Amino acid sequence: MSPRPPASAPPRLPWRSRLAVGLGRSVAEASRLTHLGSGSVIGGRVSLAVDRHLLGELTTGRTVALVSATNGKTTTTRLLTAALGADRPVVSNSLGANMPPGHVAALGRSRPGATAVLEVDERWLPRVMADTHPAVVLLLNLSRDQLDRSHEVRKVAERWRHALEATPPGCVVANADDPLVTWAALAAPTVRWVGTGAAWHADATGCPACSGRLVFTDHGWHCHDCDLARPEPDRSLDDDDGPTFAGRGGPVVVLDLALPGRVNRMNAVMALAAAEVLGADPARAAAALAQVTDVAGRYQVAEVAGSEIRLLLAKNPAGWHEALSMLAPAPQPVIVGINARIADGHDPSWLWDVPFEALQGRRVVAAGERRHDLAVRLLYADVDHVVADSLVEAVRAAASPRIDVAANYTAFQDYRREVGDDA
Amino acid sequence: MPEPRRVGGPTRDSAVVIALLYPDLLGTYGDGGNATILAKRLEWRGYPVELLTVDGSTGVPETADLYLLGGGEDAPQVQAARELGTDGAVHRAVERGAVVFGVCAGMQILGHSFPDATGTSRPGLGLLDCDTIKVDAPRAVGELLVEPDPAWDLPTLTGFENHGGRTRVGASARALGRVEIGVGNGLGPGGSVTEGPFTEGIVNGRVLGTYLHGPALARNPALADLLLGWVVDEPLAPLDDHEAEALRQVRLRAARERELQPRRSWRDRIRRG
Repeated sequence: MSPRPPASAPPRLPWRSRLAVGLGRSVAEASRLTHLGSGSVIGGRVSLAVDRHLLGELTTGRTVALVSATNGKTTTTRLLTAALGADRPVVSNSLGANMPPGHVAALGRSRPGATAVLEVDERWLPRVMADTHPAVVLLLNLSRDQLDRSHEVRKVAERWRHALEATPPGCVVANADDPLVTWAALAAPTVRWVGTGAAWHADATGCPACSGRLVFTDHGWHCHDCDLARPEPDRSLDDDDGPTFAGRGGPVVVLDLALPGRVNRMNAVMALAAAEVLGADPARAAAALAQVTDVAGRYQVAEVAGSEIRLLLAKNPAGWHEALSMLAPAPQPVIVGINARIADGHDPSWLWDVPFEALQGRRVVAAGERRHDLAVRLLYADVDHVVADSLVEAVRAAASPRIDVAANYTAFQDYRREVGDDA
Repeated sequence: MPEPRRVGGPTRDSAVVIALLYPDLLGTYGDGGNATILAKRLEWRGYPVELLTVDGSTGVPETADLYLLGGGEDAPQVQAARELGTDGAVHRAVERGAVVFGVCAGMQILGHSFPDATGTSRPGLGLLDCDTIKVDAPRAVGELLVEPDPAWDLPTLTGFENHGGRTRVGASARALGRVEIGVGNGLGPGGSVTEGPFTEGIVNGRVLGTYLHGPALARNPALADLLLGWVVDEPLAPLDDHEAEALRQVRLRAARERELQPRRSWRDRIRRG
């Protein structure tokens, strides 16, 4: 099936869908009034219970862009929303609820014709693609996450591959430096390849096509045993001489982001490539996404016990690799918070795949429910560390006017709530 | 590198060589951590250490003192077993008395046979007298607590397991211990996958395999020292393991109370379902 062209006048929703949206809104409102939370997930669930085709109905007549990945999907969704927002109305599930209940909750609140930019959980992508007929699907990366659950990241890539074959989107914007993403995207008829530079490749997954060994060089990657190799990018992040977005026959656009770190420049070029596919002017789009500062609490600055703390989120080894590179330089202390709840995965073995040795030369405070696992990791990394039972205690132990706090998913959410921003 | 905490007087002059085998194929669960831990525990005691990372581009050395094999996904596991079987270096090293530590998929490779993704039996290295089979039972995922065989003189072992296969221990091998909580080798009397008691881990000479996956030695410094004692062949000076001990106490209690996660508040339950 081909992506639906956006209709000039959006069709009116069937009565069942309108009822579903209305009920979902009421439940969400009740949830908000009783301070249970933002209500978007529970409201969306109620809506989908009333009309299980609601996601398809709500996206009929809209241009849809989907963003999926293991890491960076919330940030990239935010960047693409900003980029497209420069010249058109956009709706997005900005609350980070990235499964269908979150999607219908966001869409139900929006103008019917607005372009939808949706963050999609990587396991839900096939289903959401089938329901929404996207014009663009943006695929950033796939890496190991939640070891006790998604035990094989290759299976996710396989599902993506089948979905891209079964319900091909208008265009796939794919990270050419990620072998699993590349292999999945090769199944789609139309792909715009984006070169983002060096990617995480310490997951021991082997070649997705033949299980052979992957060889990584300064200029890309290829399989030693079959012909899978990095495709020639159409657009790239050029980081040599001030970061720019450039590519074959396209304009060179300077990237001057408010967000820190190389990983966000990678997210930005992916978002710009997708915006370009949807007809946005790259220079205008780049100026718009450069303004984005904090994304759902990431990089948020707050005051705790007299210190200024900055929150950073990292969920898995690939994410930690990037987060560690964003920290203020030593000797500024760092608080690292680790939990292992359902949403984090119960198995924190991945701590040993994170290069915590990079924290040598400063004090590190181990916090979160799995602080003792972290303390042992830091001991063997020769990192000066102490253990603290709470965020306030950790801030006191860090004893510095400015502190970076890097945490995994539920620890990050706990800290955000604690510093008073649970938006 | 900081100054080693020299607490004992090692008698050997040559470096202890640790070979971490194929982390690009067998490294799914932080398995490289075991190499770091073993190297540090030698360094802290004043032993010179050389840590070799062996991937596809470098041949397997025959002269290492200690070989490590980690966990891996199905297809890379088959690839690693094929390459190691063809190479033969680990077999020659074991004949010479080298120590081998295999975790999860690494342990399965060390046995006579193991199943691939389709369930077809694949040949292993035959360095452990065991066979791993595919069974009609759910994947074993969760905390694993093991009461070690008294022969090894170890305290209770704690870790996490995540594997599909079950392993039959042969007559010439000895189990590492008996499962208190979890599945481990997972085959009870008469080959039952539901009725225990289950054993866990396998030892043949100086080749040791376990389902305590990933960085198993982080929570079990005594197991690390059992392997290192085999390597250096002399008593090891004690180290300050109070942080590992704190972690052990938390994990032993969590496993015994089946407390895999902290209780969630009613608010959290309504929010996230």
